[in-house]
Amino acid sequence: MSEIQATPQVTSAESGPDWQRVYRLMLTIRLFEERANDLYQRKIMPGLAHLSSGEEGVAVGVCTALRDDDYITSTHRGHGHCLAKGASADRMFAELLGKAAGYCGGKGGSMHIADQERGNLGANAIVGGSLGIATGAALSIKQRGSDQVAVSFIGDGALGQGVLYEVMNMASLWKLPIIYVCENNLYGEYTASSETIAGRPIERATAFGIPATEVDGQDVRAVYAATAEAVARARSGGGPAFLWCSTYRYFGHHVGDVDRGYYRSREEEQFWREQRDPISLARVWLEADGLVDAASLEELAEEVTHELDAAVEFAVAAPFPNPDQVATDVFA
Amino acid sequence: MSSPDPTPEGESRELTMAQAIREAIAEEMRRDSSVFVMGEDVAEAGTPFKVLSGLVEEFGPERVIDTPISEPGFTGMGVGAAMTGRRPVVDIMFGDFLGLVMDQVANQAAKVHYMSGGKLSVPLTIRTTMGASRRSAAQHSQSLHAWVSHIPGLKVVLPSTPYDAKGLMKTAIRDNSPVVFFEDKMNYQQRGQVPVAEYTIPLGVADIKRPGKDVTVIATSSMVLVAMEAAEVLAQEGIECEVVDPRTTVPLDREALINSVGRTTRAVVVDEGHRSYGVGAELAAVVSEGAFYFLDAPVRRLGAMDVPIPFSPVLEDLTVPTVQGLVDTVRELCGRK
Ligand SMILES: Cc1ncc(C[n+]2csc(CCOP(=O)(O)OP(=O)(O)O)c2C)c(N)n1
Ligand SMILES: [Mg+2]
Repeated sequence: MSEIQATPQVTSAESGPDWQRVYRLMLTIRLFEERANDLYQRKIMPGLAHLSSGEEGVAVGVCTALRDDDYITSTHRGHGHCLAKGASADRMFAELLGKAAGYCGGKGGSMHIADQERGNLGANAIVGGSLGIATGAALSIKQRGSDQVAVSFIGDGALGQGVLYEVMNMASLWKLPIIYVCENNLYGEYTASSETIAGRPIERATAFGIPATEVDGQDVRAVYAATAEAVARARSGGGPAFLWCSTYRYFGHHVGDVDRGYYRSREEEQFWREQRDPISLARVWLEADGLVDAASLEELAEEVTHELDAAVEFAVAAPFPNPDQVATDVFA
Repeated sequence: MSSPDPTPEGESRELTMAQAIREAIAEEMRRDSSVFVMGEDVAEAGTPFKVLSGLVEEFGPERVIDTPISEPGFTGMGVGAAMTGRRPVVDIMFGDFLGLVMDQVANQAAKVHYMSGGKLSVPLTIRTTMGASRRSAAQHSQSLHAWVSHIPGLKVVLPSTPYDAKGLMKTAIRDNSPVVFFEDKMNYQQRGQVPVAEYTIPLGVADIKRPGKDVTVIATSSMVLVAMEAAEVLAQEGIECEVVDPRTTVPLDREALINSVGRTTRAVVVDEGHRSYGVGAELAAVVSEGAFYFLDAPVRRLGAMDVPIPFSPVLEDLTVPTVQGLVDTVRELCGRK
């Protein structure tokens, strides 16, 4: 039945996934976003950029519990989801810069990266816009008799969209293999979620008979454990799940949002950065559990830095699309 | 002839389009306590484009209401509030989100007055945006004014200058029918003279932005700027363009368009919606029908390419009408190529 579940016990380090890889992915996202920010500030990256720095634990914890052939849908703040699902940074940067080598040939940009090979059905610039897509993918999984699952990443702001309640109802009725992962970063644009969300968010899922879990999104182990449990249930026909992950975005709503004083305090930002950083927290227990030593983490950081610098270099040097591309891909 | 705007005598100052719109709404809120604003991040944030900055400070959160991200819900509430004595100004952050609210707009707001035999009315204003060229990709760049212009019962406003925006917004708020008001994102920082004294501009009156005798360029919203620049270039070559801005697609000042083409005998329509089945097509049809005996050449149409707006700057810039494209079209039309 539709109970609100306790946060699952954190899996012991030994039985879990390759935690060093988990750490590496989180770091990759952090350094990717720093470079995206830099490219934007230097006016090399056009358009809008919504950075996910601070939210790496959710993207990586969830995607680590998925297979390559599982589906995800993502949001306007989607770089982390995309990398965590296995996309390569060079083609992502190329997309951010509108280059032909980008995942969408430059047609999508930051808010629309899709990576079909890794089951990423695309980021979406409409809040809640991919809820139907993800749930439809879950319907397709069921019809095809596959044991894949679908994950729909959404922000807390998407709780305002009525489509969420329509698809959760159907997902529950038809026992679809879909996991709704809500990243509660406390704000939708410049408004606190406390001003836009009535009641207890996870009860919106349990009202439809969907098991819901409150998860510490800054603890990648907890996110992984909660997702793994939901995935196992969904794969075996147990139907949907809802994860409400508390997290925080370090930057503004988008890179241009620098004067944030009117909606959130510096102290709050500092608290999350200093006390609740998912990467620093992971590092502490990784070292304490003897899974890694400081030296190997330094080495890893250097490796990732080199990789991402090379990816940026690739993207900057890559050519823009040929003008005739403007009229292709309109119809399949 | 058109443009008998009751331009008030006296002082004026330079405002941006965003400031002019804010001033219009603030004046109407002072004048009529039933006017209120509702939408996402309209209060302290003053919208992402800062169009409404300062309103919540003056009118308080009861009249400048921050909503959840629930466009269909709060637009529907705008319809209901309008039917029962309020004058809501509903903010739809991007015109693309009309996709979410079209039932409330087209099936509810547009129909209520007619279906009730004139008993009920919906004095609702929906503010939203249009326009590409900001590298915002396919879901944040559309110009969807044709969607609502197609639905009887809705009035549709497309201001191109701060002066027009202010006068038309005040009229829209006072109108007893639902009005959809499109603001081009590229125009928000555009500056222009706006009188200090109060004025309104009636809906359905076109404005001649530049008189000329050789060719009529009918342009809407930010395309008026494109037309004005093109007219400047063409003037150097001895081609005098008359730039006519309909300002509202519904009601449409057909007479002004037809009269202008009657004088110039040639017409080009420039509108940022997709070229096919759009506002441009309607405007072209109006002058083709109405000025048929005066026309020396077929009416031409420039619009956005019939493709989703791409992100990459090199592609996006190909999709929207440009000064050069318009200059070339006019030259061709005047046999100067
Ligand atoms: C339907 C819709 N309404 C409004 C917007 C504008 N918008 C973009 S992001 C955003 C806030 C989303 O908040 P949330 O879902 O919490 O995601 P976060 O940005 O916090 O990651 C808004 C209102 C949009 N893109 N789509
Ligand atoms: Mg949020």
